[in-house]
Amino acid sequence: MAVLWKRKDLLDLESLSTQEIEMILETTGSFKEISQRPIKKVPTLRGQTVVLFFFEPSTRTRTSFELAAKRMSADIVNIQTSSSSLTKGETLKDTARNIEAMKVNMIIMRHSSSGAPHLLARSVSPSIINAGDGSHEHPTQGLLDIFTIKEHKKKIEGLNVSIIGDIAHSRVARSNIWGLTKLGANVTVCGPATLMPPEIEKLGVKVTYDIKEAIEGADVINMLRIQLERQGQSLFPSIRDYSMSFGLDADKMKIAKKDVLIMHPGPINRGVEITPEIADGPYSVILEQVTNGIAVRMAVLYLVSGVKERGE
Amino acid sequence: MDILLKGGRIADPANGIDAESDLLIKDGKIAQAGKNIKAAGAKQVDCKGKIVLPGLIDVHTHFRQPGREDEETFITGSRAALKGGFTSVLCMANTSPVIDNKGVVEYVYAEAAKAGLINIYTAAAVTKNLDGKELTEIGQIAAAGAKALSDDGKPVMNAEILRRAMEYAKMFSLPVISHCEDVNLSRNGVMNEGALSTRMGLKGIPRASETVMVIRDIEIAQLAGARLHIAHVSAKESVEAVRQAKKRKIKVTCETCPHYFTLTEESVLGYNTSAKVNPPLRTREDVEAVKKGLSDGTIDIIATDHAPHSGEEKDVEFDFAASGMIGLEFAASLVNSELVMRKVLDWKGVAEKMSMNPAALLGLKNKGSLSAGADADVTVFDPARDWTVESGRIESKSKNTPLVGRKMVGSAALTIVGGKIRYENGKFS
Repeated sequence: MAVLWKRKDLLDLESLSTQEIEMILETTGSFKEISQRPIKKVPTLRGQTVVLFFFEPSTRTRTSFELAAKRMSADIVNIQTSSSSLTKGETLKDTARNIEAMKVNMIIMRHSSSGAPHLLARSVSPSIINAGDGSHEHPTQGLLDIFTIKEHKKKIEGLNVSIIGDIAHSRVARSNIWGLTKLGANVTVCGPATLMPPEIEKLGVKVTYDIKEAIEGADVINMLRIQLERQGQSLFPSIRDYSMSFGLDADKMKIAKKDVLIMHPGPINRGVEITPEIADGPYSVILEQVTNGIAVRMAVLYLVSGVKERGE
Repeated sequence: MDILLKGGRIADPANGIDAESDLLIKDGKIAQAGKNIKAAGAKQVDCKGKIVLPGLIDVHTHFRQPGREDEETFITGSRAALKGGFTSVLCMANTSPVIDNKGVVEYVYAEAAKAGLINIYTAAAVTKNLDGKELTEIGQIAAAGAKALSDDGKPVMNAEILRRAMEYAKMFSLPVISHCEDVNLSRNGVMNEGALSTRMGLKGIPRASETVMVIRDIEIAQLAGARLHIAHVSAKESVEAVRQAKKRKIKVTCETCPHYFTLTEESVLGYNTSAKVNPPLRTREDVEAVKKGLSDGTIDIIATDHAPHSGEEKDVEFDFAASGMIGLEFAASLVNSELVMRKVLDWKGVAEKMSMNPAALLGLKNKGSLSAGADADVTVFDPARDWTVESGRIESKSKNTPLVGRKMVGSAALTIVGGKIRYENGKFS
C-alpha cells in the first residue's frame, strides 16, 4: 500500500482519512491470524513499554488491549484510578509527565472526559491511543465494528447501518458514524429524542425515533448499551418504557432483512436493549466483535508504534 | 502637571462631539476642549491621528482579591486595565470571602486605594455567600460604597428573592446586575450546545438557558419597578428579548463582551480550554446578532468579564477547566477591528458603550464624559499601532486567553487617570 502511517497517536476516527482507516483494517486482517495459532505470541513490540491508563472501570476494553500488547511481546503496566482530577492532588498532565519520564512508548487511555487523550497527546511524547473518552470517541471499538461488518459483508460502501440506543452519550456511536460514513455506508441513528444529541444529522446520518424504520432495510443493526443510571435524570421515563420502544426483540425483528447482522459493543443489559434470544441468536456477531477487538488493537499498536515505518 | 492633548479626534457623546480638537487637563479635571488651545507649562502630547475618549470604564471585572491573589491582584489587574485603556473598573463579588457585607466592601476599597493606579469600584453580592437564599445587608453595603449588586457567576434562581432584592436596592439607587443562566438547563454544560458539542462529545449549554432567564428577569424588573442590568449577553434570542423589553419601556440595560462579537464556538476545537467561558462562545449567527444589538442600541455597554485563571485551572480536562478569559488588555483593540473598522460603531458609539453608559449605570457623576469639570480620566487610542498577543507580554497575572498569537489592530497609547498619566506607549508611571 502506498500510504504510510505517520500518526503518533490514535485519538479519534474523525480526523483519519479513508485510506488510513482502510490501512488499519487491512493490517488487522494479518494480525487476526496470530490469535488463531496455538502459540499466540509474536516479537513485534519486544522492548516496548505500554501503559494502560484507565480512569474508568473497564473489563472488556482493558483486557482486549492488554492481550493485544502481550501477544506482541510488549511490556505492560496497568494504572487504574478514578477520573476526577479535582479530587486528586495531581493533575492529569502531571501524572502523564511522570509516566513519560519513565520512558514508556505508548499510553492507552480511557477517561470519562471528552478530549482527555487530546490533552495528553499535546503534553507528552509517548503515543496516545484513545480507549474511549467521555461521550466523544472510542476509535478502536469503531474499527472493530467496521472490521466485523466487512468480514461478513465483504464491503462497507452502500450498506445500511442502524445504530440504536443512547446516541447522545455514546462514544461508540460517534466512532462508528465517522468510520462508516467515510467508507461510504448509509448510517441511521435511532433512539429516544432525549438521547439524541443536537444537530447529529450534520454528521451525515439519518435520524429516526421509530425503531421499525431503523430495522427495516438495515444490513447491520448496532445496539448500544443503555446506562441504567440515566433513568432518573429525566432522560427517559423508565427502563420499561425505553425497552418497549427501543429494545430489540423477536417481534420487532420480523421486518428485518434475512441476513442482517446484530452487533452490540457490550456489556449487554439483557432484556433491556436486546432480548437474550436476539443477542444469542443466529444474526448475532457480538462475540466475534470481541475476538476481532484484539486483532484491531494489535494492528493499531503496531502502526502507532512506528515499528512498521522503521522497517524493524 | 497640566496636560494638553493636541490634535486628536475627540469622541465625547455626552457633549455630542466627534471632531478633531485639543483637550486641556488641569488640576486633575478636564479644563476645556477646543481648537488651538494654548497652555504654557502644560505637558503637550501630540494626538494627531489618534482617538481621544473619556476614560474607558469596565463594569464587569474579576480582580480575584481577596482570595485568589495568585491569579490577579488590584495592582496587576490595574496594570492590565491601564494597558487596555481602562481608567475605572467594577469588581464582581465572587471572591473568597464573597463581597457580601460592609466589612469586605470596605476591605476592597482600602486595598484598591493602596494600589492607587486606576479607579476601582466594587459590586456586592445580592445574596449572602452567593447562595441565592438570603439577601445581603444592602443598605449598609450601599453606604460602604458598592456601586451595584450582583451574584455574578451564578444566577439568583429564586425569582421571589430577586424581586425583593431589586425592590430593596432601588431605595439606594443600586442597579442589580443579573447573570442570566437557568442552571437546570445548563447543568454540566461546558460549551455551546449544537452540532459542534455533538461532534466533540461535550455537554452543551443551550442558548435558551440564557434567554429564559433574560426574559424572566425583565419581567421581574418590571414587577419591582427597578433597574436591571443584564451581564454578558451572548445569544441572539437574548438580544431580541432585551430589544422588545426596551420597546416596552422597561428599565433594562445590558452588556456584551468582546469575545461574544469576535469569537465563535469553533475556538474550543481541539479541546482548547482557554476558549471555555460562561456563557459559552456561540455561533456566527449569534456574533452577528450581538453586533446588530450594539449598532441599534439594544446593547448599551461593552464590558470585558475579565476573568483571570491560573494555568493549573485551565491546563486540565475540558470538563474540569475553569470558565473565563482575561479581557482588559484586548477589548479596545477588538472593538476597533471588529466594530469600528466594520462600521458597526463609530468612535462616538464606542465612547458611549465603554464610558458614558457604564458611568451612568454605576452612577459615577463626574465620569464618562470630557465635559469641563469632569474627572480627567482620558484614554487615547492609536488605531495605527498594531501588535500581536504574546503570552509573555500580558500584564495580567493570569494568561488565560484564546487570543494568544492573534494580530491586533490598534492599541491604547495613553491612559490618564485623575489627570495623571499612568500609561504611555508601553510604559507605566
